[in-house]
Amino acid sequence: MTAWVGTAIDAVYVVAVLAFILGLKAMSSPETARRGIVYAGGAMLAAVVVTFFSPGLSNFLLIAVGVIAGGGIGYYWARVVQMTAMPQMVAVFNGMGGGAAAAIAGVVLLSSLSNPADAGLSVAGAVIGSISIAGSVIAFLKLQGWMRQKPIVLPARQPINIAVLVVGVAFGVYSVVRVDQLFLLPFFLLLLCYGVLLTLPIGGADMPVVISMFNALTGIAVALDGFALVNGPLGDAGYAMVIAGVLVGAAGSLLTVLMARAMNRSISNVVFGAFGATEETGVAIQGSLKPIEAEDAAVLMAYANQVVIAPGYGMAVAQAQGKVKELADLLEAKGVTVKFAIHPVAGRMPGHMNVLLAEAGINYDKLFDRDEINPEFGQSDVVLVIGANDVVNPAARRVGSPLQGMPILDVDQAKNVIVVKRGQGKGFAGIENDLFYKDNTRMLYGDAQQVVGKLVTALKRS
Amino acid sequence: MAADLWTALFIAILAAFTGYEVIGRVPVLLHTPLMSGSNFIHGIVLVGAIVALGIATTPLEQAVGFVAVVMGAMNVTGGYAVTERILAMFDRSKKREGPP
Repeated sequence: MTAWVGTAIDAVYVVAVLAFILGLKAMSSPETARRGIVYAGGAMLAAVVVTFFSPGLSNFLLIAVGVIAGGGIGYYWARVVQMTAMPQMVAVFNGMGGGAAAAIAGVVLLSSLSNPADAGLSVAGAVIGSISIAGSVIAFLKLQGWMRQKPIVLPARQPINIAVLVVGVAFGVYSVVRVDQLFLLPFFLLLLCYGVLLTLPIGGADMPVVISMFNALTGIAVALDGFALVNGPLGDAGYAMVIAGVLVGAAGSLLTVLMARAMNRSISNVVFGAFGATEETGVAIQGSLKPIEAEDAAVLMAYANQVVIAPGYGMAVAQAQGKVKELADLLEAKGVTVKFAIHPVAGRMPGHMNVLLAEAGINYDKLFDRDEINPEFGQSDVVLVIGANDVVNPAARRVGSPLQGMPILDVDQAKNVIVVKRGQGKGFAGIENDLFYKDNTRMLYGDAQQVVGKLVTALKRS
Repeated sequence: MAADLWTALFIAILAAFTGYEVIGRVPVLLHTPLMSGSNFIHGIVLVGAIVALGIATTPLEQAVGFVAVVMGAMNVTGGYAVTERILAMFDRSKKREGPP
């Protein structure tokens, strides 16, 4: 191979890295975001294609088969998946990245155990990548409903988890120190176990935090692999991996922190403390549950100046987005201002609710995040809460409540609150919701899709 | 060995701050595509997987490398397709073409 081939390959990697950064930057605005990702996609394709021309590679048939098989499955799956299933889809693809990072580290460890620096970096990449794929798979199973969503808490889990992690890492370190491949198998197995054990006790509603955490971890694993590769003859691919991996690591960490803050919990509390175990005692809620009929609720909204709709994951489960859009359109036709209040953790991943509403065709100008909408509840005539519970529970303001300090939507300050709810059950946190018992709150029981459908019918008639 | 690793470390530090600055400006509205988009970007792991399988010699190395390539390819195509699908919904220029 001549020198200019290597230069050309490097140049493509440089352009790719630039396109990745600009692609992420383009996401600052919905107007430019799509163009950014299309450019980044083109750059990625170019980077993958030129890698085939790197000097010194073999096994081309295997590589081509792998790329086509994996790429085909990934593309097909991503095209057919429903938007409500997006969190588990992201978890799967993220897990695949972590698994690939772990497997790359495996190849490096098998082939160059004698080089302690590369081997050490690969062990670190393998640790994080293995945890990421095992954890992501469990997150997928939980979100998909193929596994119990509630926290699965094993006895003595903290000591067991720590022991599995420590012994697993020890096997990895030992294999490097002793230059012995025999210890690599227990090393990988124990770390995969750790990823499973880590994720089992985490409940469905904590998934926004966990998914973004695993996203960050995969990024870091990819960067570590990059470090291990820059030493080799094919070093420059390693630099691209370091940059892309660290970019994602930073993005994922930032989102993880934002999500945890939105639930007023530390990341360690989400990951290590099974939530919902503590019960508040001795607080009797004043008031009673007051039901309302759909026709009356429709009239209340039709004569309002401003209606704020606060959707939660229950709305998505009932597939009521389309009806909600219809309702908002009808109200606007009657001259009512309609706004949507989106809590950061309304959904199963960061920003999930925005995507679900956008898919239903609701203009994103009407979507307001918590800080924007909270001052407006006082001037709103009606707030319609659909399938949300803990994020609108005023108990969060009370000292001693398990929700204490969690930033909520202040819907109770509106003149009228209508809560659409399937039954009288509690939210994820297993806590009674003070909001439901307030004087200005009316309960509208039923499946969200049917209830909003009734509201639409009633509005059309009036 | 040291020189390349040190260079990579310098690059990593700069990339971390770049990531933090760029992502801090993404509105909450787009956090899901930001996640799936960054998910797609760590799909660069496919390049590393191709290199790893390309230098593999023993059958075991080849098997592990093949797993890496399949997984990496799933990551990159899936991450891209999902992100593009989501962003298309936020794309107004496209919406105008559809029925009002």
